[in-house]
Amino acid sequence: MSPTDTASELLKVRIWRGREQGCLVDYEIETRKNQTVLDVVTEIQRRLEPTLAYRFACRVGVCGSCAMTVNGRPRWTCRTHIKNVVTDGTLTIEPLRNLPRLKDLVCDMAPFIDTWEKAGAPFSGNATRHDKPATVRPDSAMRLAADAALQCISCAVCYSACDVVDWNPDYIGPAGLNRAWTLINDVRHNKREATFQLAFGTGGCGSCHSHGNCTRHCPVELRPSESIAGLKRAAFSGLPTD
Amino acid sequence: MERSLFLAQRITAMILAPLVIIHLGLILFSVQGGLTAAEILDRTQGNIGWALFYSLFVVSAAIHAPIGLRHVINEWTSMPQRWVNALVMLLGGALLLLGLRAVFAVY
Repeated sequence: MSPTDTASELLKVRIWRGREQGCLVDYEIETRKNQTVLDVVTEIQRRLEPTLAYRFACRVGVCGSCAMTVNGRPRWTCRTHIKNVVTDGTLTIEPLRNLPRLKDLVCDMAPFIDTWEKAGAPFSGNATRHDKPATVRPDSAMRLAADAALQCISCAVCYSACDVVDWNPDYIGPAGLNRAWTLINDVRHNKREATFQLAFGTGGCGSCHSHGNCTRHCPVELRPSESIAGLKRAAFSGLPTD
Repeated sequence: MERSLFLAQRITAMILAPLVIIHLGLILFSVQGGLTAAEILDRTQGNIGWALFYSLFVVSAAIHAPIGLRHVINEWTSMPQRWVNALVMLLGGALLLLGLRAVFAVY
């Protein structure tokens, strides 16, 4: 397709260039039908600004690696059609909030991944191949609670949307706590108590203000705020049981 | 410790919720005929019920408020945790002493 096949009007795009220190640089491209924000970034990188750094992989909403801040909100750019986000003919694209900026639209994800560890996230099992598989009834309360929170793909959109992460550098954040909630509802996890203690430690679920920005922005429609509420309830009731 | 603080704050919140409503209701009710020191003392002096009510109020507030303030200071400043803890414990102690002193003063 040539650039002019379906081109109509010009779209003003402001993109963050630099690292922690940097500025928004203006570009103009033609708008097209069925154009995602990732398409816009790709076109600018290929036609106008070859040194522009950004991150993507699958382009179809599976990997979560293309998350950026679009007009002030964290989003998967591959799943965001520009017609839904353009304001006054302008698109402002910045890296995710609450993460160190490496270059242009690329963040360092390490601090985010570290929060999972801090929340006691690694699964720990003590069964061997000689043991019978654990019996987990699909309709048990614990399994249903874990099911509702399982599909996180670590895109960091919730972490970026969370104001408490911005205010409190010790706060684990919604994704890590969501993961902890799935683990303390997993009968096969043999460190449920330890995970619970970590999830309730310094910067744990007690720091959450229940703003719900994580749930509002999660691209896979998980509800981390409900997982955090579950952890808070467990402070009174103890570890979940079936 | 965080879990204990969380529990303490939530439990005192549950205690304070009805106490605050009763306290505000009492203010609205008692000022109907004007507000005088004599009227207040007439209600509170020798009344163990009000003394216990406001003692519970003061103790709950002295636990509840410093825990919340601890979060606020942690989020808004980079003060070391030890200092923050000391500061809010000082505040809690002051609330407790001044509050109980006021309760006993009118008993």
